[in-house]
Amino acid sequence: MSPFWSAWISIITLGVIFGCTALLLKTRKGEVFKDATEETTGHTFDGIEELDNPLPSWWFQLFMGTVVFALVYLVLYPGLGNFKGVLNWTSTNQWEEEIQHANNVYAPVFAKYAALPSEELLKEENRAGLLMGQRMFANNCSVCHGTAATGAYGFPNLADKDWLYGGSADTIKHTITNGRTGSMPAWGSVLGEAGVRDMASYVLSLSGTADLDAEAIARAKPQFQALCIACHGSDGTGTQALGAPNLTDKIWLYGGSYEKIAHTIRTGRAGSMPAHKDLLSENKINLIAGYVYSLSNKDK
Amino acid sequence: MSTETVHPTYDYKVVRQFSIMTVVWGIFGMSVGVLIAAQLVWPQLNFDTAWLSFGRLRPLHTNAVIFAFGGSALFATSYYVVQRTCQTTLWGGWLVPFTFWGWQLVIVLAAITLPMGITSSKEYAELEWPIDILLALVWIAYLAVFIGTVHQRKTSHIYVGNWFYMAFIIVVAILHIVNSAVIPISLWKSYSIYPGTIDAMVQWWYGHNAVGFFLTAGFLGMMYYFVPKQSGRPIYSYRLSIVHFWALIATYIWAGGHHLHYTALPDWTQSVAMVMSIILLAPSWGGMINGMMTLSGAWHKLRTDPILRFLVVSLSFYGMSTFEGPMMAIKTVNALSHFTDWTIGHVHAGALGWVAMISIGSTYHMIPKVFGKPAMFSTKLINIHFWLATAGTVLYICAMWVNGILQGLMWRAVNEDGTLTYSFVEALEASHPGYFVRWMGGVLWVTGMLIMAFNTWQTVRSSKEATVDANPQAV
Repeated sequence: MSPFWSAWISIITLGVIFGCTALLLKTRKGEVFKDATEETTGHTFDGIEELDNPLPSWWFQLFMGTVVFALVYLVLYPGLGNFKGVLNWTSTNQWEEEIQHANNVYAPVFAKYAALPSEELLKEENRAGLLMGQRMFANNCSVCHGTAATGAYGFPNLADKDWLYGGSADTIKHTITNGRTGSMPAWGSVLGEAGVRDMASYVLSLSGTADLDAEAIARAKPQFQALCIACHGSDGTGTQALGAPNLTDKIWLYGGSYEKIAHTIRTGRAGSMPAHKDLLSENKINLIAGYVYSLSNKDK
Repeated sequence: MSTETVHPTYDYKVVRQFSIMTVVWGIFGMSVGVLIAAQLVWPQLNFDTAWLSFGRLRPLHTNAVIFAFGGSALFATSYYVVQRTCQTTLWGGWLVPFTFWGWQLVIVLAAITLPMGITSSKEYAELEWPIDILLALVWIAYLAVFIGTVHQRKTSHIYVGNWFYMAFIIVVAILHIVNSAVIPISLWKSYSIYPGTIDAMVQWWYGHNAVGFFLTAGFLGMMYYFVPKQSGRPIYSYRLSIVHFWALIATYIWAGGHHLHYTALPDWTQSVAMVMSIILLAPSWGGMINGMMTLSGAWHKLRTDPILRFLVVSLSFYGMSTFEGPMMAIKTVNALSHFTDWTIGHVHAGALGWVAMISIGSTYHMIPKVFGKPAMFSTKLINIHFWLATAGTVLYICAMWVNGILQGLMWRAVNEDGTLTYSFVEALEASHPGYFVRWMGGVLWVTGMLIMAFNTWQTVRSSKEATVDANPQAV
């Protein structure tokens, strides 16, 4: 900041502190009575009188103590405009020191598992590493995927064997590192409302749902073959390379009711798994990926 | 000391109106508080209804208790105190009823717009710009009435209670107008004129001084009249009141930055806010000492006078929370306490223990006088109210201390690999019992307020039957 503003801040800050102190000292000096008194100032307001008691000395000392603390603090730490304080402290360098400290202490712990393939993490001797992966999952992933990794509406279950983008250890690591952007286009304007509802029946039929309108399914089938198979495949089993879900397995990311499916077809869906490469170190991602991998491979 | 029941020139109509609304809004605001406290224990209680959800009702609760309940208590007592200590009637003519009806309209508009989700999103300043303008007009009218009345006083000096009321009214006007400066884009939507960090600083300069001037200076004005009046004792030290008044208003205005420790706010601003917050301890305690020591020599009255109990306990909670505040403003303490329930507990030690208790004690003192009755309908019910309020406050703040420290410690606990020991939801689950205890404290409070409403109603009703001409209007 400019020298003017720096001076402005310093002057009004110290002005308030010294002003209060001066008032305190002046009032104390002007005391008529040094001990408790029943003498009043002579004012009366609606029958209320005011005694002329001195300032309690412990209170005076407390006040002076806080003033001294404040002045010492303003010498040690940044406060008076551009003056940096003799300790040279900033909140940024405090943060940097804490990060440095954490890296020094914890980096070796993670380095131990840096090269460990996820498959190996399942072994009993690497149990400590798996536990770390689980904790980091709880800290970083559970907000969306749940503490048990079973997912939520719009957030996939990671503990089953159904994968949008594939469940190999390397794919999981890739998903965490770079993120994923799921995109189901909106077909409402292409299909029309009647077409959307027919298509919802057809999609439900793929996973063996009974009691559906056979005529609707027949009407929608050619549309499915024309519009949907590029991503979901002609049999509706999906394409992991595109993140297009399998529609035949009764596992639904956005709900499997007729209305929910119709809504998905009508307005589309946009899913987003954020990239973590700038948030977590490679070694940490390796352990989280290993933990996620372990959830659906426990029986191995 | 005699307490005159009737003075021919006092305008008590507006005092009666605000006194009754203090009780009404107290019940309303605290009931909303109990509902949202219950939602934190049983989340199903939002019934999947947007306008019943925590996010919309929480600002309604804060606005209702601070501005509707606390505000009505401040209007009622300030209009009562300023007339009696200046030995004059209210100045301002139609401005006086305008402050009452205008203030009630602001509250009703708040109660409609906030559940609808219409909000500026600034804490304690959520109202949108049309209501803000109305509020500013009401407040300036209030300022004019108060200063006009002080100006035409028959006493030579201005009583200390009125210094505090005036500081409260003047500074709140400035705070409200500066913080509410916005660019409207439609009737019910606007954006702050301040950018980013500056907006945050202006907001917390406002927010903390809403505490400092609305909830502290204003209620100290109340304390300075009703404590000596109810105890029949002189004010302990005139000198102390001078020093602590000026030091309080000079340092409070700086302290807002402590709400933004370890943020993008420049380091120097945080440091200055922290040291001013610490200096604030002694000036704050000056008011407590003056109130407490005023009572010395009248301690025996506590055995029989539950109104005095309200006043004494309010001063105790005031002293406690104004010690806690400076401690929480220290950066290292704040690093633990910030974002936890400790903050909520601290606020309620002040809001329930200090603000509500002193308002209730003062209202119990004032209602019989402005309605021309010798006393409240039932002293026993005042006593029951006192114990409900005290127990409710203790339950509330203890639950929030435990929760706050628990959350702070759980959030920062790390394993030997540097990962967090607990996920957020685990700290939330651990907080569940505390939320239940807090809700019980709130239930006790609302129960007490309902008893107060009954007691007030009985008092007011019997005065009507007595047909005493107790409410002569100003000529």
